[in-house]
Amino acid sequence: MHEIVEKEKLNEEMTSLEVEAPLVAEKIKPGQFIVIRMHEKGERIPLTFYKKDMKKGTVTMIYQKIGKSTCQLDTYEEGDQLQDVVGPMGKPAEIKKYGTVVCIGGGVGTPEVFPVAKALEEAGNEVIIISGFRNKDLVICDSEIEESTCADSFYLCTDDGSCGREGFTSDLLEELIEEGKNIDLVHAVGPPIMMKVIADITERHDIPTKVSLNSIMLDATGMCGSCRVEVGGEMKLACVDGPEFDAHEVNFEEFMQRITMFEKQEEKAMKRWKEEHEGCCE
Amino acid sequence: MNPKRVKVPERSPEERIDDFGEVPLGYSPDQAVEEAKRCLQCKKSPCISGCPVDIDIPKFVNEIAERDFKDALETLKEVNCIPAITGRVCPQEEQCEAVCVMDKAGDPINIGKLERFVADYARENDLEEPPEVEEVKEEKVAIIGSGPSGVTCAAMLAQDGYQVTMFEALHEPGGVLKYGIPEFRLPNEIIDHELEYLEQLGVDMKMNRIVGQNVDLDELEEKFDAIYVATGAGAPRFLGLEGEDLKGVYSANEFLTRINLMKAYKFPEYDTPITHMKKVGVIGAGNVAMDAARSALRMGAESHIVYRRTTEWSPARNEEIEHAKEEGVTFDTLCNPKRFIGDEEGWVKEMEIYECELEEPEEDGRPSPKVLEDTEHKKEFDTVVIAVGQTPNKVFYENAEGVDVKHWGGIIIDEETRMSTREGVFAGGDAVSGAATVILAMGDGRKAALNIMEYLA
Ligand SMILES: Cc1cc2nc3c(=O)[nH]c(=O)nc-3n(C[C@H](O)[C@H](O)[C@H](O)COP(=O)(O)OP(=O)(O)OC[C@H]3O[C@@H](n4cnc5c(N)ncnc54)[C@H](O)[C@@H]3O)c2cc1C
Ligand SMILES: Cc1cc2nc3c(=O)[nH]c(=O)nc-3n(C[C@H](O)[C@H](O)[C@H](O)COP(=O)(O)OP(=O)(O)OC[C@H]3O[C@@H](n4cnc5c(N)ncnc54)[C@H](O)[C@@H]3O)c2cc1C
Ligand code: SF4
Ligand code: SF4
Ligand code: FES
Repeated sequence: MHEIVEKEKLNEEMTSLEVEAPLVAEKIKPGQFIVIRMHEKGERIPLTFYKKDMKKGTVTMIYQKIGKSTCQLDTYEEGDQLQDVVGPMGKPAEIKKYGTVVCIGGGVGTPEVFPVAKALEEAGNEVIIISGFRNKDLVICDSEIEESTCADSFYLCTDDGSCGREGFTSDLLEELIEEGKNIDLVHAVGPPIMMKVIADITERHDIPTKVSLNSIMLDATGMCGSCRVEVGGEMKLACVDGPEFDAHEVNFEEFMQRITMFEKQEEKAMKRWKEEHEGCCE
Repeated sequence: MNPKRVKVPERSPEERIDDFGEVPLGYSPDQAVEEAKRCLQCKKSPCISGCPVDIDIPKFVNEIAERDFKDALETLKEVNCIPAITGRVCPQEEQCEAVCVMDKAGDPINIGKLERFVADYARENDLEEPPEVEEVKEEKVAIIGSGPSGVTCAAMLAQDGYQVTMFEALHEPGGVLKYGIPEFRLPNEIIDHELEYLEQLGVDMKMNRIVGQNVDLDELEEKFDAIYVATGAGAPRFLGLEGEDLKGVYSANEFLTRINLMKAYKFPEYDTPITHMKKVGVIGAGNVAMDAARSALRMGAESHIVYRRTTEWSPARNEEIEHAKEEGVTFDTLCNPKRFIGDEEGWVKEMEIYECELEEPEEDGRPSPKVLEDTEHKKEFDTVVIAVGQTPNKVFYENAEGVDVKHWGGIIIDEETRMSTREGVFAGGDAVSGAATVILAMGDGRKAALNIMEYLA
């Protein structure tokens, strides 16, 4: 059992959750993820590692409420226990000196890319962070990024322009490229469509690019093949071979199709959850 | 003497395909005694040589005939710590029962069901003695993987007083017994009971520890005097065919894990989903394929086995094939998939299939199927399950320096010492042999335990 040490609602959709998991905290690195299972009947939910506190033996994740499990997770309070917190999972991000790196986070991808950006900065890279959200109410981590030394420049954008620049993260990236900024690596984490668009842009400009794929996972131990993605013409398992892959090798079309596989069941579970928990997760 | 077996009561096919409850109900004490009395108590007891762990079959069968059920249990447990499980899942017709003398006179003795009876009777009537543990020893042993191989090794070492810690990647122990084999063949309650025994022995069971991922072998080496690797053959094998990544195409591991371990058949009470299915094609014809096909039936679908040979060459246990047929699984034999065809949204809708014919069998092998050109035809399926075997999971061996593996990932061991190429690291079960059987994995666990004792002595 793993106690929730701190829970902070960041906005209507996103919450930061700090849980006790000393073994995970001891080892986890940027780019890796954690699997949690709330209770005996729960599914195994992959969530990216955001922060850790070695002294307290805790890890922090930021989740977005989008379905039954994340809505139920949102009903857990400080002091409550999670059945399982497993990690680190997946391979750590490849941290080395590249030169100039643009780290792009879309929505809940921003906290996911933040630890990678920090590590890249520590490795001596010039780090540019681009972070995008649908609107100003959903903006998270901005003050944290600003306060941290990890970004040499930080660009914030919203789809509707209600905060920061108006537009998508990919628009900002294109501007940077057009301005003639020399970029050695792009590291993007966010909605699949965002990652695909970015991959298309950087492929045209020949900029090496990494993405972190959130395929549907079951065990996350390499045993089931649920998370399989085609990378460079080969079948890879996102849970153990990834989640980070060369964006230009990923078959996005297939990836984007596969992540919708359980849509009908997800809707059903959500409907049932709402019926049983009125007022929750509107 | 009755040349025929005492029939094992079973639930009717109509009743059982509506749930995941067990199919054969097992012998009553009287039925077991009657069946046991058919045994000829052969002097040479060929049956023993058919059992990979050399159970003294005539002895335990005779003890049943004499109604000494407790003694029978002790006889079994001397070499087999999980008789309730092996009695249910061993391929008896290829092992102990294949060489039973009574086969020639009628039916072989139903050794498997007798074994199961003893274990079930003992459990239900509290005949089991709490385990006796030798004086606690200094030495510590780590077991990686909680399938039958790891469990057997752990139990033997713990009985002998070693301090045993078990590391399991998933949140529940049991290996394939839990996540793969469905409850209608092996109820979880039975596995849990056998695992309780480990707890009574003081084995420290650590779940959610994936060696090579969140625990390092080096780290274990520092803390333990010997290590037994029983990580199984859990990685799915795919066919490499066009359309394999379509939605609705599962590996057998995924399909069965969703249904068994994660209880997707109780979705949405349980969170893990499985897609709705109308017509399922399971590729392969081993035990895994039968389990998938029969699970599909229970999910309310029409279920087909698509197999490139004929049923007589199926590697599955006879009982499973019979049960599958009774329940209404259709066998599309001499059929080999060419590709899977999807609709515009990426859902599988058809399987294109070649017809096959069997070539002359090679020496004591199975005949190889030959694909017949220009016989392609399409069959509708909205779900496909690929059940063509598993390989060892690389997460362990890719991060285990000094542990050499074969090209397909099987850990290389010294047959004599059971040690891998790394000092103090032993291995066995499916991780060494590739996908095999419960009893062989168990036998490996036994051998490893004996060798570890010698190594630590
Ligand atoms: C490596 C990895 C890291 C992730 N990190 C984060 C994170 O830091 N923060 C965050 O909010 N989300 C993260 N996710 C996504 C998160 O796991 C899903 O949002 C969550 O499982 C949804 O469950 P649900 O029941 O609330 O929603 P559902 O209604 O069940 O699903 C909504 C959508 O979530 C995705 N999803 C559903 N089940 C799974 C599953 N078992 N595995 C992966 N995706 C699934 C699908 O795209 C689905 O359409 C990550 C996913 C992966 C694979
Ligand atoms: C669906 C199905 C049906 C079957 N039916 C039969 C049958 O009827 N009769 C029969 O005799 N055999 C059957 N088998 C085969 C039999 O189950 C296996 O041969 C047997 O379970 C192998 O035992 P094992 O202990 O070697 O490995 P497993 O049972 O595979 O257990 C290995 C365990 O190790 C864990 N693990 C893996 N990697 C790591 C790691 N890095 N760190 C920590 N833990 C790890 C796994 O999670 C797993 O729990 C079947 C197999 C399947 C899949
Ligand atoms: S363990 Fe298996 S092979 Fe041995 S006697 Fe029992 S059923 Fe037969
Ligand atoms: S071979 Fe058959 S009949 Fe003979 S002892 Fe063994 S079980 Fe009994
Ligand atoms: S989630 Fe099962 S193999 Fe990746």
